[in-house]
Amino acid sequence: MSPSVVSAHLLPSVVPMSEGGDGFVTPGVENFWWPIIPVDGTGAWTLTRPAIVLLLTVAFLGWFFVSVSGRLTLVPSKRQWMAEQTYGFVRNTIARDIIGAKDFKPFIPLLFTLFTMILVNNVAGIIPFIQFPTFSRLGFPIVLTLIVYVVYHAVALRRKHGVVGYMKSLVPPGLPGWLKPILFVLEFLTYFIIRPLTLALRLMGNMLAGHLMLLVFILGGEYLLLHGDSIGLKFSGILSFGFAILMTFFELLIEFLQAFIFTLLAALYIGDAVSEHH
Amino acid sequence: MTGDIAFLGYGLAAIGPGIGVGLIFAAYINGVARQPEARGMLQTIAFTGMAITEALAILGLVFAFVFQG
Repeated sequence: MSPSVVSAHLLPSVVPMSEGGDGFVTPGVENFWWPIIPVDGTGAWTLTRPAIVLLLTVAFLGWFFVSVSGRLTLVPSKRQWMAEQTYGFVRNTIARDIIGAKDFKPFIPLLFTLFTMILVNNVAGIIPFIQFPTFSRLGFPIVLTLIVYVVYHAVALRRKHGVVGYMKSLVPPGLPGWLKPILFVLEFLTYFIIRPLTLALRLMGNMLAGHLMLLVFILGGEYLLLHGDSIGLKFSGILSFGFAILMTFFELLIEFLQAFIFTLLAALYIGDAVSEHH
Repeated sequence: MTGDIAFLGYGLAAIGPGIGVGLIFAAYINGVARQPEARGMLQTIAFTGMAITEALAILGLVFAFVFQG
């Protein structure tokens, strides 16, 4: 990573307006593009910072759960307790309660992987020196959503006796005839377009907005502190840093909540697919 | 003063989902206060409803970035 890449992203504003510079440049979406090893002009195969964070978290998750499940004891160690709590949470609160006690078992691995993966990647957004929420780049949530999308449609096609049965099950029974085509179009759009779109965009939007807010407070605080004209502005810079710390803890809450909601909705869609009626 | 009207639009778009999420959690708190043992079930419903309502705000945010000048 060249120093120019770092400084270009970390310090977009060092020349104040009074000295002929641009003044404070507000951080934007472009701050989330972090090429580390550029491969070609378009940037399609560039190794970026979120890709490295993702690889790190996958290695961490693999090491953690393999090493924990390798030596399980009757009296759990601290790490085993943590792993068991997480697994119990996903299995009971999300999978069993939403999908139903009859059908939930085959989907636990998927839901557990989704939950831990999103949680660790989100929390990486506020761990010092890693500090990049992987899912603020839309490509990563799209892949997760694609997996969920294929799974719930495949399950529905198998459970509802092929394409025709699936399409029939979209419209709830007992409706007047003229309402059926309207509702069919609405339900079709919901199942095939709106659900995957919102699932991916929700995760990405929350991570992007939260991190952008931290950037505004920290970069703005830095600008006020270093280039503020009066003692009052310098003081408000310090205040802004304080607020950024507060917001970091708020981010932790949001990050957990988003991992929970993504898994919850994935379970809800799968639960819809396995249920016999609409 | 310079700026981008798309983000003003996002601010307006966030009002509706804000009220919606507030209503959902008000109902959730009411429900738990009246019947604490129903907490687990209500929690799932509340978060599902929140996720659906919040989707509007998220779409607004994405559109703000898409349509910025």
